[in-house]
Amino acid sequence: MRLIALCLLSLAVAFPVRAEKVTDFTLDNGMQVVVIEDARAPVVVHMVWYRVGAADEAPGKSGIAHFLEHLMFKGTDTVPSGAFSQTVSDLGGMDNAFTSWDYTAYFQRVASEHLPLMMQMESDRMTNLRLTEEDVVTERAVVLEERTSRTDSDPGALFSEQRQAAQYLNHPYGRPIIGWRHEIEQLNRTDALAFYKLHYAPNNAILVVAGDVTPDRVRALAEDTYGKIPENPAVVPRVRPSEPPQISERRLTYGDPRVGQPYVVRSYLAPTRKPGDQSRAAALSVLAELLGGSGSNSVLGRALQFDRQIAVHTAVWYQANALDQGSFDLVVVPSEGVSLDQAEAELDVVLDRFLTEGVDQADFDRIMTMLRASEIYAQDSTQSVGRRFGESLTTGLTITDQRDWANVLQSVTPDAVMEAARDVLVRGRAVTGHLEKEIAQ
Amino acid sequence: MIPRMIARAAALVLTMALPVLAETPVQELKTPGGNTVWMVQSPDIPFVALELRFRGGTALDAPAKAGAVNLMTALLEEGSGDLDAQGFAAARDALAAEFRFGASLDSVSVSARFLTENRDQALVLLRQAIVSPNFDATSLERVRGQVLSGLRADERDPGAIADRKFDQIAFGDHAYGQPSDGTIATVTALTRDDIAAAHLGALARDRVHVAAVGDISPADLATLVDTLLADLPATGTPLPGPAKVALTGGVTVEPFPGPQSVLVFGHEGIPRTDPDFFAAFIAAEAFGGGRFSARLMSEVREKRGLTYGISAGLLPLDQADLVVGQMSTANGTVAQSMQVIREEWTKLATDGLTEAELAATKTYLTGSYPLRFDGNGPIARILVGLQMQGYPVDYPAKRNALIDAVTLDDVRRVAARVFRPDDLHFVVVGTPEGVQGQ
Repeated sequence: MRLIALCLLSLAVAFPVRAEKVTDFTLDNGMQVVVIEDARAPVVVHMVWYRVGAADEAPGKSGIAHFLEHLMFKGTDTVPSGAFSQTVSDLGGMDNAFTSWDYTAYFQRVASEHLPLMMQMESDRMTNLRLTEEDVVTERAVVLEERTSRTDSDPGALFSEQRQAAQYLNHPYGRPIIGWRHEIEQLNRTDALAFYKLHYAPNNAILVVAGDVTPDRVRALAEDTYGKIPENPAVVPRVRPSEPPQISERRLTYGDPRVGQPYVVRSYLAPTRKPGDQSRAAALSVLAELLGGSGSNSVLGRALQFDRQIAVHTAVWYQANALDQGSFDLVVVPSEGVSLDQAEAELDVVLDRFLTEGVDQADFDRIMTMLRASEIYAQDSTQSVGRRFGESLTTGLTITDQRDWANVLQSVTPDAVMEAARDVLVRGRAVTGHLEKEIAQ
Repeated sequence: MIPRMIARAAALVLTMALPVLAETPVQELKTPGGNTVWMVQSPDIPFVALELRFRGGTALDAPAKAGAVNLMTALLEEGSGDLDAQGFAAARDALAAEFRFGASLDSVSVSARFLTENRDQALVLLRQAIVSPNFDATSLERVRGQVLSGLRADERDPGAIADRKFDQIAFGDHAYGQPSDGTIATVTALTRDDIAAAHLGALARDRVHVAAVGDISPADLATLVDTLLADLPATGTPLPGPAKVALTGGVTVEPFPGPQSVLVFGHEGIPRTDPDFFAAFIAAEAFGGGRFSARLMSEVREKRGLTYGISAGLLPLDQADLVVGQMSTANGTVAQSMQVIREEWTKLATDGLTEAELAATKTYLTGSYPLRFDGNGPIARILVGLQMQGYPVDYPAKRNALIDAVTLDDVRRVAARVFRPDDLHFVVVGTPEGVQGQ
């Protein structure tokens, strides 16, 4: 034992304590590039993020951003339909894609030696997608099945879709990412290609490469692949219809015979991180942790699960990243025998008391410690670090904003938290939903 | 030990010509306290990921006490010593340590991450949670309420209903046949004594496996593990013994409202100890893996658009082995989907794989294996899993050779033995059109 320990000690000197190394640059055609170095394993994650998502769809075409994401796995002139994923998996890699309201992203995880091929194939499908009518019709059936699985078969998901629609009167965030069923059914090849030509271009994309790679190598490979694609002048900054002031509280109830456990969700419109102006979003992030973070010592958990048994579960959710206005959500799952009305009334009592009494300093200190530590734990997954950059750069932020974020979080004060809470948690501007059991007729 | 630096230097030169090798230097420690620990020392980031697995899990529950191990596991972080649940959480959070406790059919798992700067304090807390949890009445009632809430939700969840029904049919009266979280009746009836007994029975030294990865020396880790486990009982509840798989060909329909049906299907499988296990594993991956190129995915999703996803694979458990798959499809296409699955099952059993499929699956499996070893957390989980499965410490270095050694004949032979279309049983939860239970 002693011997082994000594041997390792001498080696340890050779491994300096690692700091997250992030480099960025922009290609001549406007494509932004972020490189995150991590040589612990000979692996690389290659991602391309497009600044386009479900909130950029034309009215009546809901679901086209996500449908196109599926169709991007069909073919180009040089890569036949289905061959993209086949090639990746033949190399032992994995690939996938995801769509949100503000972005669409494609990624592959491969041994770092295969990075050139990934960049070649991903840049190829940026402008050379070929779709047959048959591909489109079959894939539309798959997307409809996806909607049936994820949304129509899950009362919680249907409820969430209805709440989202109720939250936004005017902004397209009110539309489901996957699309309304009746609109997905009408989406066709022309719609998909039109959306593709308008939004898929190097000047609307961000390349993120994370893992065992150097910035120089990425630059050389990127110039040779993505760098050859001309920028698309049709790409313009995104300006979407914005929300009017909310002057009336909104309520909805969804009943479904498939509900096993009813619950209540309260949400409020909330500001998000803005370039050079992240302090309000940071305060709201800390507020979410204080109110609902660690179950047993959060404000809601303590009041509704510990001091009294009103709820079996409480949670708070705030999405700090969104191009436009986001939301601050609170969930209460009532204990057996407690009605949703009662649970909601108790939630309001707790929120009112918090707004009067303010932040508990010990809670606040603990949360700051955990946020600091989460920066250390986060380094264990370079893929997650890459994902944070991709998400920030497609929701209107800059590299500098993302680099600063941990410090901005640490500079939040209890006063800033209370100011943010008083601004956002206003009952007259709330959307409240009840998910109920309903006995089938 | 030393070779890590050397191997990396060599790999730089050879990298374009050779496949990536799993070069993670795993060591096996025998601690003074008699524990065996697999570890990788990696000082790059100042924290340690620690994984414990206690063999047994929810399958240790007697039928009348179903759900005891699950509820016990959920209560481990709800107070110990002079700390109540909130005091424990506050102490843990002040150290920014993370503890996760989970119960599954065959094991109770403990996953911890703690910072180098306060490692000893974090260990004191973790030890307290594992060795001397309070199980006080208030916490018991609160967490029981959470478990019951989950069970009520499961009663209306078609996926959960299908899994339960499938287990019931497959395993009957064996512990594997009962729901691992228990039922509303059994969980309601559990007493503090039942929970304390489940704790003594499940968390014992005769069944624990340990792996750790991160910023810690072997000597420090040995002391840490010995301290953590020393006061646990030497032996626990005997394992339940082998389960007979009672699945026979047929269809069981559980009516459920909604536009879609959930299908769970399968029959008996093959144990890890079988000489043909790797051949069967390759066949199953090419047939039912999650990739678009897998046969089921290609036939059911890509060509026909019948589903968003379908998969099937080997499920080797401690006391039984299954081949099991699942999918969801519109009620109107359940019959067609079942037909396609049966045809593909028969085709695999009769013809095995093609040469191209075998080659592609091998390169996928051997290429993807080293990619999994990235990060302290993922490596610790892999290492403890390998111990649970009974593999030696040099397995990560040898595993790809075992895959590469499989021939087309091996696959054909084992596919005919393992994939048995006549035994294929479907559980369908939904309102399928034109499908009757049989």
